[in-house]
Amino acid sequence: MTQSIISVRNVTKRYPGGLEALSGISINIEPGEFVFLTGHSGAGKSTLVRLLAAIERPSSGSVLVAGQNVSALSPRGIPFLRRNLGLIFQDQKLLLDRSVFDNVMLPLIVTGQPYRDSMRRARAALDKVGLLDREKAKPIALSGGEQQRLCIARAVVNRPSILIADEPTASLDTEYAQTITEMFHSFNQVGVTVLIATHDRERLERGRVITLNHGRIPE
Amino acid sequence: MTAWLRHHLQSLQHALGRFAEAPFASCANIVVVGVVLALPLGAYALLSNLQLYAGSLPTEPQISIFLSTAPGRADVAALEARVRNAEGVRSVRFVPKDSALASLKRLPGLNDVIASLRENPLPDAFVVTLTSSDADISARLETQFRGLPGVGTVQVDSAWIRRIESLMRIARSAVLMLSLLLGLALVAVTFNTIRLQVLTQREEIEVSKLVGATDAYVRRPFFYQGVALGVAGGVIALGIVQGAMLVFNADLARLGPIFGILPVLRLLALQDSLSFLFFAGILGWLGTYLSVSRHLLVYDPL
Repeated sequence: MTQSIISVRNVTKRYPGGLEALSGISINIEPGEFVFLTGHSGAGKSTLVRLLAAIERPSSGSVLVAGQNVSALSPRGIPFLRRNLGLIFQDQKLLLDRSVFDNVMLPLIVTGQPYRDSMRRARAALDKVGLLDREKAKPIALSGGEQQRLCIARAVVNRPSILIADEPTASLDTEYAQTITEMFHSFNQVGVTVLIATHDRERLERGRVITLNHGRIPE
Repeated sequence: MTAWLRHHLQSLQHALGRFAEAPFASCANIVVVGVVLALPLGAYALLSNLQLYAGSLPTEPQISIFLSTAPGRADVAALEARVRNAEGVRSVRFVPKDSALASLKRLPGLNDVIASLRENPLPDAFVVTLTSSDADISARLETQFRGLPGVGTVQVDSAWIRRIESLMRIARSAVLMLSLLLGLALVAVTFNTIRLQVLTQREEIEVSKLVGATDAYVRRPFFYQGVALGVAGGVIALGIVQGAMLVFNADLARLGPIFGILPVLRLLALQDSLSFLFFAGILGWLGTYLSVSRHLLVYDPL
């Protein structure tokens, strides 16, 4: 058996007020896997994504990502965990006052990469998602699908080993959503582990499906 | 090493960029800091000038012994010998009444008064210099001299100097307190400025942390900004104080001939100015530290 790249063991997440978003779930994901995390709205998909990215800590249980115990990670260690992850958020989190190019440069700048090398890599990432000709535009001038592709470019520019996306196709029409999903598959083909949280049950092809139901994984 | 250096250059660039985004607001802030710092700095400058003046006064303790009657030469010599041999006396100078009158005549305005006198009303006197300014010794000598035959009045001349010195001590404490209070004000101004900046940069901070920025990376531009605020305010304060002293000096130069003196305020020295700027920077750093420690916590989700 290979070493799991993501290992969630018996994890429960309870929010103040008593809401239990996750109830004792366990998941193992092997390197190079392509996994859909699905379930109804409020099933706990986003909570799990937030636990994996160390945005929140589990109430109990352990979360291991790329060999690191996220649930016990010190605040100093968190940035270095995140550098291994490509994160795509439901609310995108683009910097609207900066150009498309600068948004993609951000992960390289904060990790202190040499500037020339960074420019080359940022252009390569923009090229991969087909936005190279829009690099000087502001994100606000992009269409919804283009903004989503910009998020993908920003997530992959640091060559992460794991790509985690929360509802990447939620606001897109079917055809566009298909293109985006294809993009994830192409990253998966070069060895990147991909985890996509989605409530959209139509495009769950070519990948393992994990279904969450009220914070549990039904047998 | 080069990555580290690059971070710092970027942070500096960032801080300057933020300044350029709101130049008027930033300038207003710097002026506030400058005025706040100018008060203790000005007080310090005045105080050190006073100290300089006080330092030019004779600080050696002296006792003047005025003789009561007009004794013969032999008496004076015997008295001088006893005074000279008293413990704690460094030197003794005899001032005959004639030369005392002569030096009074040199003072303007008194000539007419002195000319109208039929005889010299001044007594002979000894000016005694003591070896130490200790108050007990001068008090002991005072009583000892008072008991000598032929002595009229004994006056400890250094008492007023000591009074000036204790006044200066109070002034020094006042300047120190003023500095502490207004230093606190500078820390508070920086604290709030940085807090506003953190709020403005909210999204950028959040996204940077999500793509792997360390706390140190996120904080660094704020530190540059806070220190720059302190130092720039310090430069303004220096300008205000030195400028004000130049203006005063021009006025004093006009007053000088009237009073027969020419006091000139000495400007702050380079070393004083530099250490002042250094402290202003430190205070800016402190305000930033308190502010980011408090306000960046919001972005620590864990």
